Amino acid sequence: MALVRKDITAEVRGRPVWLASGFFAAVVLVVFVFALDLRVENKAALGPGALWIAVLFSGIIGIGRAFASESDYGRMDRLLICPVDRRAIFVAKLLGTMLFVSLVLVVLLPVFGVLFGLAVLRLDIIGVLLLGALGIATVTTLFSAGTTHSAAREILLPLIAFPLLLPVMIAAVKATEGIITPVVNDSPWVGLLIAYDVIFLSIGMLTFGQVMDE
Amino acid sequence: MQTTAPSSHAEASQARTPVAGVDWRHLTWRDPALVLLAASAVLMPIAVWLALVVAPVAADSGGSAARILYFHVPYAILCSVAFFVVLVASALYLWRRDTRWDSLARAAAEVGVLYTSLMLILGMFWGQAAWGQPWDWSDPRLTTTFIMWLIYVSYLLLRFYTGRTEQSARVAAVLGIAGFADVPIVHYAVSWWRSIHPPTDYFVNSNGSAAIPPSGIVTLLFSFAALTALMVAFILIAYRQDRATVALREARLALDVDGAE
Repeated sequence: MALVRKDITAEVRGRPVWLASGFFAAVVLVVFVFALDLRVENKAALGPGALWIAVLFSGIIGIGRAFASESDYGRMDRLLICPVDRRAIFVAKLLGTMLFVSLVLVVLLPVFGVLFGLAVLRLDIIGVLLLGALGIATVTTLFSAGTTHSAAREILLPLIAFPLLLPVMIAAVKATEGIITPVVNDSPWVGLLIAYDVIFLSIGMLTFGQVMDE
Repeated sequence: MQTTAPSSHAEASQARTPVAGVDWRHLTWRDPALVLLAASAVLMPIAVWLALVVAPVAADSGGSAARILYFHVPYAILCSVAFFVVLVASALYLWRRDTRWDSLARAAAEVGVLYTSLMLILGMFWGQAAWGQPWDWSDPRLTTTFIMWLIYVSYLLLRFYTGRTEQSARVAAVLGIAGFADVPIVHYAVSWWRSIHPPTDYFVNSNGSAAIPPSGIVTLLFSFAALTALMVAFILIAYRQDRATVALREARLALDVDGAE
């Protein structure tokens, strides 16, 4: 867990990336307000989708950096010769990423509430947001570790992560919609969300050591 | 799968074959790929004739366009099979670190994407006839299938852009495993959600009897056999091509030739 503390310290002492990502997400929301011709009668239908796209975009940009501090200074090798389980590294990076996403949400949610006029500071919505963020964080952490060496990393990570995350996004958007405008007899979207989180987490735990092994 | 694994010696000799022109002496009837291609070439016209002329057409599903079924369904089943091969080969590659499994995953993904594309295109023609529109984003089966197609296209793009390092092969293997998470959803989409797509048990009545006449079943068997033979042949050929690329690259590296990656 020293690894989590190291990343947090670096984040606190340096220029905070989460703040930039949070504002980037807010800017994405503002773009949506104009691009979607937002009105009172359609904001409940368009809001969840816009919120999730903002989370995904800012997440991909910020989270892709999960291993940036290691790869930028050639520290990856030193991290790997540490006598710790690879899974511990994965969990530590994942925790750091989740913390990062939570901070982005802290910036994003109030902005969303004001722009879309929807009450989103509710426990159930935040729960869904964290579940979706966990899926995004797991997939991007797993693949950002593997693509740090690649020249086309900036484009490859979203290219891989977006299709994989589409089911997560669908479930998350539908679950958020279901909370804002309750639907009778709705599908168990939260269940699907949890199922995907569990699947991706297990795959991450099982294969992360293989990806990192040099 | 075992037949597709030539020894490293054989690969080295393949790499030494003259480049100018094809050496046809290598092509014998003992080659399973050639046998399968020939079998497919015989079966395919029969399947097409059965599907277009002999097989019956249900009145409620787009008239003659419903004949698309006899190719659409085998494509759909076989692309799942191909992606299952990607899953298994990727897992075995991570476990055993044998690049032959990596080549197999690559080959199966290529053919799987080809089959998925054909299935989607045929499905869109049928959709135009039966539903009046080629695509419907509100439908879960169509949406999940499209996501599956996207995942494996991104797999191929990853392989294309990251070159042939061990690291990139391992990342691709993880994607080959994680990507399969969507495939069961595609299968169950028709029963979990309301869908305009016919369900998986379309061919069976509630009492267990076949819902389509015997001639329809025979047609399906023929098209399924033809497309299976073709798929295995394609995977074999793509696999060998990849092994040849690997062998060529290794030979170049050994000789330290300029232009090797």
